[in-house]
Amino acid sequence: MSDIILRTEGLTKHYGGVHALVDADFELRQGEHVAIMGDNGAGKSTFVRQITGVERRTSGKVWFDGREVDFPGPLHAREAGIEAVFQNLALADDLDVPSNLFLGREKILFNLGPFSILDRKAMRQATEAALKRTAVKIPNLGNTIRHMSGGQRQCVAIARAATFASKLIIMDEPTAALGVQETAQVENIVRTLKDNGESLILISHNMRQVFDLVDRIIVFRRGRIVANLRKEETDGQDVVAYITGAKSQNLAAAAL
Amino acid sequence: MAQTTFGVGGLTYDHSKRQLPQELNVLIALVLIVAAFELLGRALLGDSFLLNTRDNVDTFFNQARLQIIILQVSIVGIIAIGITQVIISGGIDLSAGSVVGATAMIAMSFAQVATVNGNPNPKAVFLEQGWVDLPVLVPVLVGLACGLLAGLINGSLIAYTKIPPFIATLGMMVTARGVAKWWTKGEPISFPTEPFAGIGKGLMPVVIFLALAILFHLMLKFTLYGKRCYAIGSNEEAARMSGINVERHKVLVYAIAGLLAAVAALVLSSKNLTAQAGMGVMYELDAIAMAVIGGVSLSGGRGSIVGTVLGALIFGVIISGFTFLKLDAYYQEMVKGAIIVGAVVLDVWRQRRRGTRG
Repeated sequence: MSDIILRTEGLTKHYGGVHALVDADFELRQGEHVAIMGDNGAGKSTFVRQITGVERRTSGKVWFDGREVDFPGPLHAREAGIEAVFQNLALADDLDVPSNLFLGREKILFNLGPFSILDRKAMRQATEAALKRTAVKIPNLGNTIRHMSGGQRQCVAIARAATFASKLIIMDEPTAALGVQETAQVENIVRTLKDNGESLILISHNMRQVFDLVDRIIVFRRGRIVANLRKEETDGQDVVAYITGAKSQNLAAAAL
Repeated sequence: MAQTTFGVGGLTYDHSKRQLPQELNVLIALVLIVAAFELLGRALLGDSFLLNTRDNVDTFFNQARLQIIILQVSIVGIIAIGITQVIISGGIDLSAGSVVGATAMIAMSFAQVATVNGNPNPKAVFLEQGWVDLPVLVPVLVGLACGLLAGLINGSLIAYTKIPPFIATLGMMVTARGVAKWWTKGEPISFPTEPFAGIGKGLMPVVIFLALAILFHLMLKFTLYGKRCYAIGSNEEAARMSGINVERHKVLVYAIAGLLAAVAALVLSSKNLTAQAGMGVMYELDAIAMAVIGGVSLSGGRGSIVGTVLGALIFGVIISGFTFLKLDAYYQEMVKGAIIVGAVVLDVWRQRRRGTRG
């Protein structure tokens, strides 16, 4: 069981009377790439928000990296080794690539408290190395994020997640707003992450992308996990049937 | 398999879109404005704005004019440095001028001589207590403490009660002016000690302004402090998500702005050898104008001290140019208002253009 990086048991979230997430049992192995699919409002993002500490769960248990955890905020999840790429990116538009990559974790040349002198050269070099490792190509690192295309911004956000996530990366619809070629670029990065052995949870509506990139597909419907499918044992029509509710699975048997 | 064939679509690098520093535009504007005054001067008055035309002085440039230009903006320029870092981190400080008034009054009352022409100093506030002829360090520290306190109050209000910076500092603007008037019930304070009078003597304001400008330029560019200013002004939520203590940083930013307003107050009251409750009125708007002219964006995240210094020079050149062209002082004020609005229009226009670029 030591290669299980993330496990949830009976994870539940109620917003007032709305049961957004009910009894979610989930497992992710080290280095595994899993897609979460489902209609709008099926509970995908709610599930991710409970894991990343953005919200506090109503009930249930979460184990991460062998320990039971209950993150009070997203920062704690980050410190534990979970990096999330959200749709709103959380980049500072007026800063350049290295500054964004190291935002909040700047390398320091000389420590003077809040007036510490930054080690800009080291951050730049580390950025170049990180972009190389994730196969992200940004032509000019000194440019501010504001001057970049949507794809480049997304790449920077993903490179940041990949650089600092020691254990798990979560991407919430990383290509939803991107064009064809930019989507291809992001997908290439995800493949690189797979080769590097990083664990990944990918929320996506794109069936082709999901079958291209992941090992396993989890389908949410009305707040419940209704399917846990190995990629080889399913196809697009099958997944759609689960998403729309035409089919359902006995989860107790499929959990492992 | 990992593919590494990129450089497609939006991922190629268009060199024509390379970012030129914003400051370059400001510098060009400065040169154009100086050139305009030079041409107007030669056409209307037959005199040069920039070059020396007097026979009794042997210099190429009109040094007296250049000195006046930089001297008259250096005190407000000190405030503008503080306001620049406030605006970059997404805030605004309307209280600087009033803080100058209050600080000047309070500091000056600790910088009084005991006797004037053999008589007890009639203007000394603390004559009875015997707090006269104090070492210069006392009024300086008292002044800095006043500015720091005002800044800390501003910053704490903004960071922890979440009221808009505009409102918090507007309140401080009114309150600090009230303190300035209350301190001596409206009486001006004069006759400072010799060492205190030395703080703002001659070109000292310029030296202090430029020294602070260099210090804060380095701070904004090379330290964690500067990086956090830009990050918070650019995307406060992203900064918070990244683990930056946004609230604490804001308190620090406004505290430093208050300290700089206090420095300006010390220099100003020393230079004038007197402090009055009405000192520094509208300085905050001049300072904001200098910053905005220099390319500091009112929506935060963009700008630099270099830009603000250039903006201050533009400000000084325009005022000096009007005097040179013998325009009425009333016109100067009207045009100053137009410059402030014009600079903000320019900022909004710049942002709209950036926005459509995608």
